[in-house]
Amino acid sequence: MTAPVIELRQAGLTYPGPPPVQALAPCDLRVERGEFVAVVGPSGAGKSTFLNIVGLLDAPTCGSYLLDGVDTGALKDADRTTLRGRRIGFVFQSFHLLPHRSAVENVTLALIHNGTPRKDRAARARHALEQVGLGHRIDALPTALSGGERQRVAIARALVGEPSLLLCDEPTGNLDSATAHSVLELLEAVHAKGMTVLVITHDPTVAARGRRTLTIQDGALTEAGRRSR
Amino acid sequence: MTRRLRPRLPVRRPARRRAAATDRMPRNRLSVRDLLAEALAGVLQRPGRSVLTSLGTVLGVGAFVAVLGLTATASSQIDDRFNALTATEVTVEDVSHEQGSDAAVGFPADADRRVERLNGVRHAGAYWPVDLDPGQQVHSAPVGAARGGSRIQVVAAGSGVLRAARPTLAEGRVYDTWHDRTGQRVAVIGAGVATRLGITTLETQPAVFIGDEAFTVVGIVEDVERRADLLLSVVVPRSTAEEVWGAPRGTAKMLVATDLGAAAQVAAEAPLALDPAHPEWFRAVPPPDPRALRTEVGGDLDQLFLLLAAICLFIGTVGIANTTLVAVLERTGEIGLRRALGARGRHITAQFLTESGALGALGGLVGTSLGILTVVGVALARDWTPVIHPEVAASAPVIGLATGLAAGLYPAWRASRIQPVEALRR
Ligand SMILES: Nc1ncnc2c1ncn2[C@@H]1O[C@H](COP(=O)(O)OP(=O)(O)OP(=O)(O)O)[C@@H](O)[C@H]1O
Ligand SMILES: [Mg+2]
Repeated sequence: MTAPVIELRQAGLTYPGPPPVQALAPCDLRVERGEFVAVVGPSGAGKSTFLNIVGLLDAPTCGSYLLDGVDTGALKDADRTTLRGRRIGFVFQSFHLLPHRSAVENVTLALIHNGTPRKDRAARARHALEQVGLGHRIDALPTALSGGERQRVAIARALVGEPSLLLCDEPTGNLDSATAHSVLELLEAVHAKGMTVLVITHDPTVAARGRRTLTIQDGALTEAGRRSR
Repeated sequence: MTRRLRPRLPVRRPARRRAAATDRMPRNRLSVRDLLAEALAGVLQRPGRSVLTSLGTVLGVGAFVAVLGLTATASSQIDDRFNALTATEVTVEDVSHEQGSDAAVGFPADADRRVERLNGVRHAGAYWPVDLDPGQQVHSAPVGAARGGSRIQVVAAGSGVLRAARPTLAEGRVYDTWHDRTGQRVAVIGAGVATRLGITTLETQPAVFIGDEAFTVVGIVEDVERRADLLLSVVVPRSTAEEVWGAPRGTAKMLVATDLGAAAQVAAEAPLALDPAHPEWFRAVPPPDPRALRTEVGGDLDQLFLLLAAICLFIGTVGIANTTLVAVLERTGEIGLRRALGARGRHITAQFLTESGALGALGGLVGTSLGILTVVGVALARDWTPVIHPEVAASAPVIGLATGLAAGLYPAWRASRIQPVEALRR
């Protein structure tokens, strides 16, 4: 039996303040390999905080978080960074593409920092772009791409390192509904190939596509059908 | 054997538990080549800004190279001249009139021999311009004949003077001590004077007439290395001149050619040799000390320029620091992204340090080139040999690099402190 991809044990986060803000109340959660999880909740509820913890960008202030069975609380910063670079792919609402680098260079960036041998990078980046349907625009600068295309480049960048977990924070927040639809299709296709995907969204149609839906309200994480604590 | 090799090999065992595997997972590294490539991309993505940023370093390093190069060029020039002639030349002046004695005493009749006896002296001779009466002129023909003559300088000189001047003779020879001692009516003339007087060959034993006196021309001088004015003169033996026109009126000097390195010693001894009772009546002028001259050249102005170069470098440093800091703030999102993609804090530090170092090094390289061009240009314009010490040329780009690195320290540290969560919120 393999360990769950995400395992939260009474993990919570309180910003020290002053005044202290409990952005995420202690919660338990298990996400198994290959699941598609949607996270919903009103603005300011703590969704991004939750994602930062899961994405190893922030450490919980209480409880523990195991990624692929590794207790991340015991890790030094360098090891957390290494783990993050190799096991987690990020997709952000605002894309975060480097404006002066071509699509393929932006995708390669993920491989530079996660220790992929230089000779493999170009081929893998090109392959990742082909996977998201941008094989014909690999040398385009982000400024020359549409919003949907930019988000595809970002998804290619997140996938190129073959992570075990894809985290998306409102990936369709900056896109019109038609484009958002195609990006979601892409995420579903990625999921269909076995990737564990966790998507934060405001969009109920996005949420409806998830096999599991987590709701965060005022920092409290609940799951439709079952309470997390 | 296997045991010794073992620690070098990456341990790859099938992961029984993931946690154990992670403990051994090598941390992310950024190879030097990737680092340079990333930094270069960062510098080149805003080429205009990069150029402006490195301008201070260009100026600073350029000024540094130019000042040191010009100094080296100028002082090597001085060295050259010293080695050739100046270092072996002493002039003795008759300053008896300054000492209060009413009449100029002048050089004793055997002055040349007295000085030539000194150690290290090659040739020595007294000389003075002869004061001719207005009626007396230099002609190529006796009085009454067609006179082409105009005012041509007549110089009375001991035979040592002609030798010390290192003449190149077009024809004939210079007169010697015998002519000098016995008051022979002979003359040595410069090639220019010969042309003016219409003397083309010595085969006809031509004569020049100074006033009413005829002098046989024994030599035509093409060139001299010292006392170029001799080329424009009619030179006659000293004793002959004294016989015809009388003693000099306080304008006599003595030219002494010495061995290399003997000049200072000769200058010290010559007045005493000329008149042991009144050495103060003669003033010997030794060649200037080359070291003193060089310090003079490497003096005030250079210091000023080096100071300016330092100020330029400082301004350059501040400029790079400022731009890098702005870039760090501007690229906060990029920093957060790189951190999310697995870049460690030290990779971010290294990247921004490399960027600022590259700016400094580029500025240093361009500055070095400009500095060298300046030195070569000035040297060409002055007909000098450009001299740039290899240490200067090699160290200048390094100075640029160091400036850039120093400038990047603070911004790079700031960049590494940026938390990915904060950076990505933007
Ligand atoms: N650095 C911080 N210090 C203090 N409070 C913070 C900090 N970051 C976030 N918060 C607070 O934590 C709470 C949760 O923020 P979070 O960004 O997780 O919300 P969110 O659910 O992602 O909202 P949105 O849908 O608008 O993105 C908010 O009340 C926010 O004000
Ligand atoms: Mg959010």
